[in-house]
Amino acid sequence: MNYNWNWAVLFEEQYLSWLISGFGWTVSVALSAWCIALVIGALVGVGKTVPNRVIRAVSATYVEIFRNVPLLVQMFIWYFAVPELLPDDWGRWMKRDMPNPEFVTAVIALALYTASRIAEQVRAGIETVPPGLTSAATAHGLSVSQTYRYVLLPISFRMIVPPLTSEFLTVFKNSSLALTIGLLELTAQSQQIAEYTFQGFEAFTAATVIYVCIALVATGLMQLLEKYTRIPGYVGTEG
Amino acid sequence: MADFDFNVIWSSLPFLWQGLQLSLWLTFLSIIGGIVLGTLLALARLSGILPLSLVAATYVNLIRSVPLILVIFWFYFLVPLVLGRPIGSFYSALIAFVLFEAAYYSEIMRAGIQSVKRGQIHAGQSTGLNYWQIQRYVVLPQAFRNMIPILVTQGIILFQDTSLVFVVSLRDFMTASSIVARTEGRLVEMYLFAAVVYFVICFSGSMLVRSLKSRMST
Repeated sequence: MNYNWNWAVLFEEQYLSWLISGFGWTVSVALSAWCIALVIGALVGVGKTVPNRVIRAVSATYVEIFRNVPLLVQMFIWYFAVPELLPDDWGRWMKRDMPNPEFVTAVIALALYTASRIAEQVRAGIETVPPGLTSAATAHGLSVSQTYRYVLLPISFRMIVPPLTSEFLTVFKNSSLALTIGLLELTAQSQQIAEYTFQGFEAFTAATVIYVCIALVATGLMQLLEKYTRIPGYVGTEG
Repeated sequence: MADFDFNVIWSSLPFLWQGLQLSLWLTFLSIIGGIVLGTLLALARLSGILPLSLVAATYVNLIRSVPLILVIFWFYFLVPLVLGRPIGSFYSALIAFVLFEAAYYSEIMRAGIQSVKRGQIHAGQSTGLNYWQIQRYVVLPQAFRNMIPILVTQGIILFQDTSLVFVVSLRDFMTASSIVARTEGRLVEMYLFAAVVYFVICFSGSMLVRSLKSRMST
């Protein structure tokens, strides 16, 4: 193995700033997508459990479509196909005037994809609430929406925190797919440094270390949240 | 909306089919390699030998915290460097996928092995089987059986993941669709078509998982 080590290359001003900006894009894509995904995922997940058959079918269709098409294909569809399919004015706006097109597209694609996975966790969480509680709520004269608001959601949202931890880690990893539509996030920057300097080992190590740190911090945060939201008496329940 | 040309799909079907074959072949080999290596990792983690379980746990947690694309880049760079000669993109990708998916399969297998009741192991010990015999004849067959639906689900995820070889231009179904899309200037048609093909395959897979699950629970 012939290889000239040069770790100092990572600290040259140009390459260091590439890594920092890559890290910034990775975190901003992942966190923006996560926030949107939580909202949509919660709605769709609840939708899969409601008595209304139409809402259930729509939610189930959403989950199946977004889960069964690779994220890369979805990314390309949002970036290349959607502007063509929209009415002309909108399409032109998306292609020409939309600020940060790569960033916005990556966030939308990642958010809608992640939402389908969160929805499944939310549904599983609601289904693990013992059916006796729903019956008790009905017996008290609570309407369907009241049952969700006061009984099902408060319990299930707290129970799905542990399984959501792995989804939260996944969103950071999946944000790397933004490089396929030209967003220079962390993985893309490390690849670019490798190409410019021929110091692939150092560049990829730097990216790996940063991803591991992100994962450690994210896991730590979720564990804190888990501790804070744990329901006494439900210890050991997993969604 | 008006001028879509879906004939482009028809005329490039042989080319796309070659790509799909590569995707399926890569998926198949990675599943086999991933399960074998993943099972070994799971056994190492549960072996009770501290250094061994520590190494396996570190490996699994390290791989699970980095994106697959970065792992693919790593091996594209690393494999020719270590071997001293290029071995082609397919084998570099295959090595990356096996090593990456093994970490995920090992977590599945670990849960599967732990789901086998301790009494089974005691029974094996009292019949005079050694460690490897207990694993081979008692624990692993039951663990595999319990895990079949999740193993298939992971296989579907792996099939979707193979589309990422796009980043190193290995000609799988995704890359083939993209090549046609660009040369023919038919991005919309080709990417929608790719989505439909992936959907049909993965959806059939998840229906299979569903029927496996309901058959096992009865």
